[in-house]
Amino acid sequence: MRVKSGLAEMLKRGVIMDVVSAEHARIAEDAGAVAVMALERVPADIRRDGGVARMSPPETVQSIVEAVTIPVMAKVRIGHFAEAQILEALGVDYIDESEVLTPADEAHHIDKWQFTVPFVCGATNLGEALRRISEGAAMIRSKGEAGTGNIVEAVRHLRSITGDIRRITVADSAELYDWAKRLQAPVALVREVAEGGRLPVPLFCAGGVAIPADASLVMQLGAEAVFVGSGIFKSDNPSARAKAVVEATSNFDDPAILAKVSRGLGEAMPGLEVGGLETRLAERGW
Amino acid sequence: MKVGVLALQGAAGLHLAALASVGAAALAVRRPDELADVDRLILPGGESTTISMLLEANGLVQPLAERIAGGMAVLGTCAGLLLLATDVADGRDDQRCFGALDISARRNAYGPQSESFEAPLQVAALGPAPLTAIFIRSPVVERTGPDVEVLARLDGRPVLCRQGRVWGCTFHPELSGDLRLHRLFCEEAP
Repeated sequence: MRVKSGLAEMLKRGVIMDVVSAEHARIAEDAGAVAVMALERVPADIRRDGGVARMSPPETVQSIVEAVTIPVMAKVRIGHFAEAQILEALGVDYIDESEVLTPADEAHHIDKWQFTVPFVCGATNLGEALRRISEGAAMIRSKGEAGTGNIVEAVRHLRSITGDIRRITVADSAELYDWAKRLQAPVALVREVAEGGRLPVPLFCAGGVAIPADASLVMQLGAEAVFVGSGIFKSDNPSARAKAVVEATSNFDDPAILAKVSRGLGEAMPGLEVGGLETRLAERGW
Repeated sequence: MKVGVLALQGAAGLHLAALASVGAAALAVRRPDELADVDRLILPGGESTTISMLLEANGLVQPLAERIAGGMAVLGTCAGLLLLATDVADGRDDQRCFGALDISARRNAYGPQSESFEAPLQVAALGPAPLTAIFIRSPVVERTGPDVEVLARLDGRPVLCRQGRVWGCTFHPELSGDLRLHRLFCEEAP
């Protein structure tokens, strides 16, 4: 596990960018991304076009792996272990079992211990995070609401996870069993959180980051790195915005740098009000 | 003595924790004034391309080159070793190399993450017990110059080396919980 989560350690204070092609991947790498995430369509397009969203085609994944020197991640549908087996064979560095794609299994997530390649999974609360870790996830990302350019859900999920972590650290040993029941999570992992004051694996943030200030906000709320999906390639000037988000993530607690890098980026992606959404992606996963 | 860790991106947090555990005054370094304040420096693992870009953006390239040339002790791990190397293969053309450690390295030479691994390492300078070395998408050192001392090898290839006060390793001493390399780096004569 420390080899698997070790790569996540190397990605901290960095930005992982969604890409659908080798060309996007090169733009992301040029802008300073620490990794790219291959998927068939960015979340904003999945939302607009509907239909079943699946893993990226192998030839696209291959061309992205060949195009960049940084780690390549790719998304699979929840529970779709065959897609994961294919991505592992293609030599991706991390697999995201993601609610952004259409779920393949309505009860089971992938048994991630069966793989050598590490997995990242989304979570909206601490119980969900610990269930994913019990299945073998080596990194957790708060889900947010992908494809909206609206940070409110990411903030809700991060605050829920970090708030419960703080509360657990002051629970006594008898209360930990109750926490395990309420969280529907293994008591051993609950105890590990209580002792360490943190998740046993790195906690990143995803879903709704559109401007540099969003990245700073979630880093200040306890995220250790940031995933950006539609926010980059649905904006006016992907290259400049990507670089600005990278600088903002690294310097998230330095307002003078944030003010400087937030200038001259053109229009951000148009945002969506979460209340008006037909599909809430974050509700997928169990 | 203050030991800095370049904390622009990557595994800086674990290095800071390891340094604190061996009793060093550990400081995160992101700006030139913070660099000026430390006596020695660790360049952590992370993505070398990203760290290169952020060194540039934060105005650290020149100050760091001057400190290294001025004889500051520096330890580069994984991506940090690439920053210190003379040249890097399979990197990006705009990737920064300070040329303080006369080695040629190949980036991410073992393959994808599924080829990352742990191995016990015999290091004479650290005593008889093997050091658990964790290699994450690690580089390989393909050439060492005449002034470079190789302190440990794996499968015949150098994985820990030094040239005077400049140290580099291709693995991650901050991940294993074994603090001996951090202690050795801190105890070296000022």
